[in-house]
Order: sequence, then C-alpha cells, then structure tokens
Amino acid sequence: MDWHLMVKSIPILLNGAVLTIELSAAAVAFGTVIGLSIAMGRLSRHKLLAWPAGAYVDFFRGTPLLVQIYLIYFGLPQILNFTPPDSYQYIAGVIALSLNSGAYIAEIFRAGIQSIDRGQTEAARSLGMTQAQAMRYVILPQAFKRVVPPLGNEFIAMLKDSALVSVISIEELLFSGKIIVGRTFKPFEIYIEVAVMYLILTLTISRLVNYLERRLAKGDTR
Amino acid sequence: MIRVNNLYKHFGKLEVLKGVTAHIREKEVVVVIGPSGSGKSTFLRCLNKLEECTSGEIVIDGIPLNNDDTNINAVRREVGMVFQRFNLFPHMTALQNITLAPMKVRKLDKQEAEVQARALLRKVGLEDKADVYPDQLSGGQLQRVAIARALAMRPKIMLFDEPTSALDPEMVGEVLAVMKDLAREGMTMVVVTHEMGFAREVGDRVLFMDEGIIMEEGPPDRLFNNPQNPRTKGFLSKIL
Ligand SMILES: Nc1ncnc2c1ncn2[C@@H]1O[C@H](COP(=O)(O)OP(=O)(O)OP(=O)(O)O)[C@@H](O)[C@H]1O
Ligand SMILES: [Mg+2]
Repeated sequence: MDWHLMVKSIPILLNGAVLTIELSAAAVAFGTVIGLSIAMGRLSRHKLLAWPAGAYVDFFRGTPLLVQIYLIYFGLPQILNFTPPDSYQYIAGVIALSLNSGAYIAEIFRAGIQSIDRGQTEAARSLGMTQAQAMRYVILPQAFKRVVPPLGNEFIAMLKDSALVSVISIEELLFSGKIIVGRTFKPFEIYIEVAVMYLILTLTISRLVNYLERRLAKGDTR
Repeated sequence: MIRVNNLYKHFGKLEVLKGVTAHIREKEVVVVIGPSGSGKSTFLRCLNKLEECTSGEIVIDGIPLNNDDTNINAVRREVGMVFQRFNLFPHMTALQNITLAPMKVRKLDKQEAEVQARALLRKVGLEDKADVYPDQLSGGQLQRVAIARALAMRPKIMLFDEPTSALDPEMVGEVLAVMKDLAREGMTMVVVTHEMGFAREVGDRVLFMDEGIIMEEGPPDRLFNNPQNPRTKGFLSKIL
C-alpha cells in the first residue's frame, strides 16, 4: 500500500467530492421541481397529462442512466444541430441527472400524495375548495413531510449514480480518482480511497435523513 | 331546498342507489336510517357531488347539480358536510382548520375569518382550543371543530354522515347537543345516524333506506312506534 500517495491525493479527491455533492444537490433540486410536476400530471384525471407523465417516468426509470447521459451529451447537439460550448459536459451532466432524478422523485411524490387519507380531499372539496386548492393547502403540506425521508434516500442514490458522469469528463469524485490512477498506476489505493469517500458521504447523509425522519415522526400530525 | 328525483348510482356493476326520490324543505331536519351498505352515505355524498350520480336529478336551492353549467364549488359552498371520521386537517390548528376555506374560497381577510372562527368555536364550546392541533383533541372535540369548520362557510344545508359513530359513548352527547342547537336555529339538515333519541327529539322526518331505495318515511314517532314496512320493522327491532 502506497500510503504516501493516498495522503497526497486527498485534496484532489476532496475537490472531486465537492463537485459530486454539488451535482447531486442540483439534480435533486431540479428533480424535485420536475418530479412534483410529473407527479401532478400522473395523478391528473386528464389523459393528456397523465399519459405523457407516465411515459416520462417509464422512460427514465426503465433505461440506463448511462444511455441517458450519452443521449444528452452526444445526442442533443447532433439533433438540435448546435456546437457544444466549452463546458457543455456540466450542463449535460446536470440535465441528465436531473431528468433521471425527476422520474424517481415523481414516484416519491405520487406515493406521498396518495398516502394522504382521501377524507382530507373530500373535506376540502366539501368546503368548496377547488381540486387545486385542496392539493395546495391540504394535501401537499401533509405529503411534503412524508416525502422528506425518501427524498433523502434519493439524494444518497444520486451521490452514487453521479459517478456515471465521469464518462463525459466531469471532474467529480470518481473522475478525479481516474486521473490520479492514470498518472500513478496505483488503482487499488486510489479506488479504495474513492470508495471510502463515497461511503463517508452516503453514511453522513443517511444519518441526517434518519435524524430528520425522527424529528418529523414526533410532530407527524402537523 | 333539496329535491332528489329518481337517483341512481352504480359503482361498476354494483347498484347502490336504485331510484331515490326525496324532497327536503327549508329548515327541515331529516334523519336517514338504514342497515349498513344500504346506500346512506352514497346518497349523502351525491348531494354535494362528492359522488357523481349515474342518473336522476338533484336540485339544491334551485340549482340543478347534474347540469354541466353548474359550478359545483359554488354549490358545495352552500352545503356543509360533517364526516364520521372528522377529517380535520392535521397540520393546522383548530382555528386554521376553520379559517382556511372562508379565506381561500369566500375570500374573507384573515382577521374577519378569525373573528368568525372564534365565534364559531365559542358556539361549539371550544373557544379555549383555538390554537390546539387536532392530535391534542378528543373525538368529541374534533367533531365539534369539524362542525364549526363546515359552518364557517355559512352553508344553507348541513349534511351529517354518522357524526357520532366514531366517538366514545361519553362524547356522543356533546356533539349531539351542538347539532340540536343548529336544528333549533333553523338549519336545514340531513343526518345519517343511529341515534334514535336525536331523531325523535329534533327530527322532522325519518327516511328508512334499504337496498338503495327509501323503503319508508314519516315523522319519527310514527315511524318508530308504528312502522308499516316489514323491513323497517325488522331493522328497528334490531336497533331499538
Ligand atoms: N367508492 C366506492 N366504490 C365501490 N363501491 C362503493 C364505493 N362506496 C360505497 N360502495 C359500496 O356501496 C354500498 C353502499 O355504501 P354506503 O357507504 O352508501 O352504505 P351505508 O348505508 O352508508 O353503510 P354504512 O352504514 O356501513 O355506512 C356498499 O356496498 C359499499 O361497499
Ligand atoms: Mg355510511
């Protein structure tokens, strides 16, 4: 074991880890907006909304993320006929991760919304509220609390899945490791180190999620 | 006030209402009784269109419900509903439960809505519970807040679907007392209940519902003491 190399690599890998966190946070943030809209679409009574939303979820959950990344990084510039700007890989990476995350988050929201007792909607509707008002003031505030833990888990999944964007040269954690390996030919030391860093990230987040979950469970009814 | 003609309701193949006709006058208190599964809840829910009826006619305060031009939310504003399981909004205090719809639907400002809500809480005997969340309230208190919440929309008609069935016996009285007050104030009420004492005391008319139709109806004393239909007799002998 080349301990010296491992210590020396820490700063570069930490830089990568920061980018990994940023990518995942961006993906989950955009994914939440996308997911909420898609979930609303899926739950809509209008087929014209429900069907495309369902197709969206099926596509992004049913195809490999790596293929989605290639489609957006290589495919989009070709079909839309534009020359990718210099840092296009970041844009493509965030788009791909967000679209993918959006599909999973849509299902999280859908489950959260459906877990709210039907009597809540009925009470709201019986008071003259529209479907949209019932959703906004009665259902969503309750559903949001229930989706926090699964959203945290989605963030953890994203921390790991974002490693895939290393194939389009985004210097996140895995890519940073690859570069060091390329220079030093010490794959074992470096990839173990990379793995440990992912582990620290995911364990930390999962602790946080557990803590939040307990906090929310205490005040579950409000 | 409420005119229901030949109402049918199917759930897929299951026929639940098979031609219900009922006319309810203003300020009348009508009690609906009948065995489980006879369609009482479904009937009530058709009256504010929580359930879409299959065929038939419902006219509420002169507004036909099954007309496509009718704004259903406008009708629902006039028809309050109280549910067996309260359905209070758990993320809101008692006061917020009551002010939400008046603010969002009737566009009252917050202060007006709160003044009204506090008055309603006083009316149901819970003025000290304004800032309490539903998980801190007993069943009877929950149901009284739910009644106040429905009243806050100033409805012309109140529908009650077994409002005391989910309550411990010692809490039934406090809810019935609030309903009796309402009846005395002249609210038009349709109440599904097994509380025969309530029916006798404030009911103007009792409808006995069975197998999706109204088998028999009449003033409470007549219907309870001298039922004509054998099915009414059978049902009453089981519950009285
Ligand atoms: N949404 C629904 N989908 C399918 N069937 C339903 C639905 N709602 C009610 N039913 C059925 O319709 C029948 C009548 O139900 P309803 O709730 O109106 O009866 P009820 O007289 O209120 O009975 P209970 O005294 O038990 O409340 C029952 O057989 C019930 O299973
Ligand atoms: Mg019922």
